[in-house]
Amino acid sequence: MTDAHRSPGAARPTSRRVDRAPVGWYVAWTWLGAVVVVAVFAPLLPLADPLVPDYGAAFSGITPQHWLGGDSLGRDIFSRVAHGARASLLVGICAVGLGALAGGFLGMLAGYFGGRVERVLAFVTDVVLAFPSLVFLIAIVAVLGSSLATLILGLAVLSVPTFIRLARAATLTVAQREFVQAARAYGCRPFRIIVREIAPNVVLPVAAYAFIMVGIFIVVEGSLSFLGLGIPPPTPSWGGMIAAGRPELLSYPHISLFPAAVMFATVLSINYIGERVRKQFEVKGSNL
Amino acid sequence: MAETMTTTAGSGVPAGSTPAPTGGRGGRRRSAVRRVRARLVHLLAVLLAVTFLSFVVVELLPGDAAVVVAGEGATPEQVEQVRRDLQLDRPVLVRYVDWLGGVATGDLGRSFRTGQPVAEALAQRIPVTFEITVVAQLLALLVAVPLAVYSAYRPGGFVDRVSMTLGFGAAAMPTFVFGMVLIVLFAGGITSILPATGYTGFFEDPVANMRSIVLPCLTLMIAEAAVYRQLLRSDMVSTLQEDFILMARSKGLPPRRVLLRHALRPSLFSLITLSGVNIGRLLGGAVIVETLFAIPGLGQLIVQAVFNRDYVILQGALLFVAVVYVVINMVIDLLYLVLDPRVRRDG
Repeated sequence: MTDAHRSPGAARPTSRRVDRAPVGWYVAWTWLGAVVVVAVFAPLLPLADPLVPDYGAAFSGITPQHWLGGDSLGRDIFSRVAHGARASLLVGICAVGLGALAGGFLGMLAGYFGGRVERVLAFVTDVVLAFPSLVFLIAIVAVLGSSLATLILGLAVLSVPTFIRLARAATLTVAQREFVQAARAYGCRPFRIIVREIAPNVVLPVAAYAFIMVGIFIVVEGSLSFLGLGIPPPTPSWGGMIAAGRPELLSYPHISLFPAAVMFATVLSINYIGERVRKQFEVKGSNL
Repeated sequence: MAETMTTTAGSGVPAGSTPAPTGGRGGRRRSAVRRVRARLVHLLAVLLAVTFLSFVVVELLPGDAAVVVAGEGATPEQVEQVRRDLQLDRPVLVRYVDWLGGVATGDLGRSFRTGQPVAEALAQRIPVTFEITVVAQLLALLVAVPLAVYSAYRPGGFVDRVSMTLGFGAAAMPTFVFGMVLIVLFAGGITSILPATGYTGFFEDPVANMRSIVLPCLTLMIAEAAVYRQLLRSDMVSTLQEDFILMARSKGLPPRRVLLRHALRPSLFSLITLSGVNIGRLLGGAVIVETLFAIPGLGQLIVQAVFNRDYVILQGALLFVAVVYVVINMVIDLLYLVLDPRVRRDG
């Protein structure tokens, strides 16, 4: 965020409390770990098939066979949530990873070279930000067909400007430091300076933000599925499940609310961990 | 929200380059003029790029606009006729320049599907989106600012901890999920006191209008209020460490005056930036909320236009969205000048 008006000597009053990990920290990690494990091993776990309807169990509540009940076709909600985690996590992690790599690199170029490179990138950034992201996503889905890969690509492109700005700001803070000047005086090529000297100092803030971004993208994927632009229907995804329960929202809210609750808990955990990591990182930064 | 969070990092207080020779009022005006001019050139280029991009994007969309417009069962000859009528047989670049000429003379064209003038369609949708955006932003600020000020005044206190926990929850809640929860709570079953969907114009029926925007506005404001509170609180906590606050306190000024007169103003930068960016984003159409609550706003128009290949409508709407983005960025920039004398001098 803008630190421009913050005096450099201002201490962070929260810095002392950060050292002690609260219960929530462990709860959040446990939940995230569980979601990741279930997502990775979903096909191996003894779960009902997420795609096979069981009309006897349609709209059923919680039963011994169906731990979270059945949806409008009687498909097992628990199993679908578990399989949906695969799609949600895959989209979030891959899109952010791609965006952070591309944006981080371009941002370092902008910060290191300044001048024309910076102006061109600032222009591109402004254009992407001024273009409504949803129109871009609809268009890309329409052109490339709706699939996991399309979604990842589209979201990655949308996240690039953010990472450019972040990496550029982080680069500016180190570009004039002694070790960079030493490398330059040594005759290192710009590319080598960026990769060897600057990148290690930019990775941390970018990674901390990327982590939070995964949570944001899980929500965005959900929103897109909600609009019918996400992962195509038979494949379970959290957003798709929530959207599918909408017609029966008032009579059978559990069809939407169970996946919604899982998504909520996951994003909450990511935000919580990300916020703490970010704070710890900031404290280290101010002690330099 | 992802993008909005970090726009502050880039378009924040600019690094001083050319110091203005004079201080005081004249210097303020001159640096403001220079800044506006530099911004205008840059942003005019952004406008052109955005509108041109949308021409290209529509061109790339699979499916032929002429086929869509001619309707099902049209003969190839009819389709060709439509294509010629809509001038779709001409190259993109020519059509784009043509369209630009139209914009310059105030003519945004007519919809392919309905024949409705684009300006008229926009005029119908923009007030709806505008109303919801403004009400939601005001609500968010009304909730966030007092909570943030008090939380910064007593960090770690009851208000701080409770509002932080609630804020964390609100920020992790997807908009459409929160909207659905609100619908279940207030528009279904025995507690049905508000309409679940639909929109009534303010001038048709003010009371019905108010009732129809309550749930959409609540849905929009909740996550924003959480982010605003967090942002303003952390900025304010660092402002309160500054020497001039110590000075104000030691003069014996009451806390209320120190907080509101001395500490709040220099803490507002990030909040104003983020709020401005959010207003710009929402004026472009809160698509999720508009879909969920069936509100005929700009976002709905844009999405329909893309699905219908109605690129004349899309162009007009995107032009509006880009102009809003440009204007808001400029207003934020100028607000910095008003808020902080240091920026005035360096600008």
